[in-house]
Amino acid sequence: MVSEEKESILWEVFIQPKNGLSHRHCGSIHAPDREMAILSARNVYSRRGEGQSIWVVKSIDIVSSDPDEKEETFSSDDKIYRHPTFYDVPDDVGHM
Amino acid sequence: MARKQNEKIVSLEEFQEKIDRDEKIEPKDSMPEAYRKTLIRQIGQHAHSEVVGMLPEGNWITRAPTLRRKLSLLAKVQDEAGHGLYLYCAAETLGKSRMEMNQELLSGKAKYSSIFNYPTPTWADIGAIGWLVDGAAIMNQIPLCRCSYGPYARAMIRICKEESFHQRQGYEIMLTLARGTKAQKEMAQRALNRWWWPSVMMFGPSDADSPNTENSVKWKIKRYTNDELRQKFVDAIVPQAEKIGLTVPDKDLKWDKKRNNGQGGYAYGEINWDEFWRVVRGDGPMNNERISAKQKAWNEGSWVRAAAHAHALKKQTALQAAE
Repeated sequence: MVSEEKESILWEVFIQPKNGLSHRHCGSIHAPDREMAILSARNVYSRRGEGQSIWVVKSIDIVSSDPDEKEETFSSDDKIYRHPTFYDVPDDVGHM
Repeated sequence: MARKQNEKIVSLEEFQEKIDRDEKIEPKDSMPEAYRKTLIRQIGQHAHSEVVGMLPEGNWITRAPTLRRKLSLLAKVQDEAGHGLYLYCAAETLGKSRMEMNQELLSGKAKYSSIFNYPTPTWADIGAIGWLVDGAAIMNQIPLCRCSYGPYARAMIRICKEESFHQRQGYEIMLTLARGTKAQKEMAQRALNRWWWPSVMMFGPSDADSPNTENSVKWKIKRYTNDELRQKFVDAIVPQAEKIGLTVPDKDLKWDKKRNNGQGGYAYGEINWDEFWRVVRGDGPMNNERISAKQKAWNEGSWVRAAAHAHALKKQTALQAAE
């Protein structure tokens, strides 16, 4: 009975709380198509007016980096000249 | 998000250091197999509990005494469904499929909280569930918001935000009945009598008999032991019962100033662990009814899933033809 059915598509859900803020990941849902994905996302993740816009994206379409390669991907410790404190400016210049 | 199998094996020491630094673990991070298994079991059971938890309350939706109560109960039961889904989604990030979890629930292989194997014969039981069962769940869930596994912690934050309305609506029902006629007050007291001990048991076996606790605390999945949480629960509920003139059904209950490291707390009577294990093993008053209800819902929903799938395929084909 259960095993005969195929696993339905997994979608990642992003909600924008209001204009001016970006869409933020809040979880995932299962649905056979995009219309039902939006509908389920609304029912599951927005029962108290949490958002004004929902994105759903098939999980399988998300490409992500490998956390074990974090150093290679993100290291910028050797580029301290990218930070404002690297530059000497006289104190009496005030806030810059 | 679906997990990609990570080839790199992390050493237990390295992993423990990360946990000790209070760093969160995310789905694609390397983790010891035992950590993954513990979480899959715990989050899965938690999800099943939310889902089965809809049944005892669903029993009263059509018979709620007023429209206000009916709206609240509908919203609460809908929340439980949502909570189950947040948690299934967190468990899936660890590599277990939704279908597999569902199958384990329907076959009776997976466990869920034993509390939902007790019946709800009166309206007052709905009050007692909200007040005591959701109260106990909140005690359990608040520390889980700081759990080391990111997706579980985030699901718990959402759940805890929504859960406090559940407990308040339950207490309000009990308060209303306790201030009502003599018969209503008696109904409330009887519901408290039925739900008190099962609620106290919700925190699981005492620390001495809880083999999973040590690792879970070390890995910061659990932040408090079962007995610590149980004590917090008893201390919180006893004054709430007194406030509405109901009596906690425990003749051994008394203030003990030595509890909670000398800050004082309630000493409570012996828990009937035989009953606890009997219900866990499947021999509770409603175990069979609960699983049958889930199987029935799944089987009767089969055509809906098939239709949705067929509709999706049809639209996809039409879309491809148009391109």
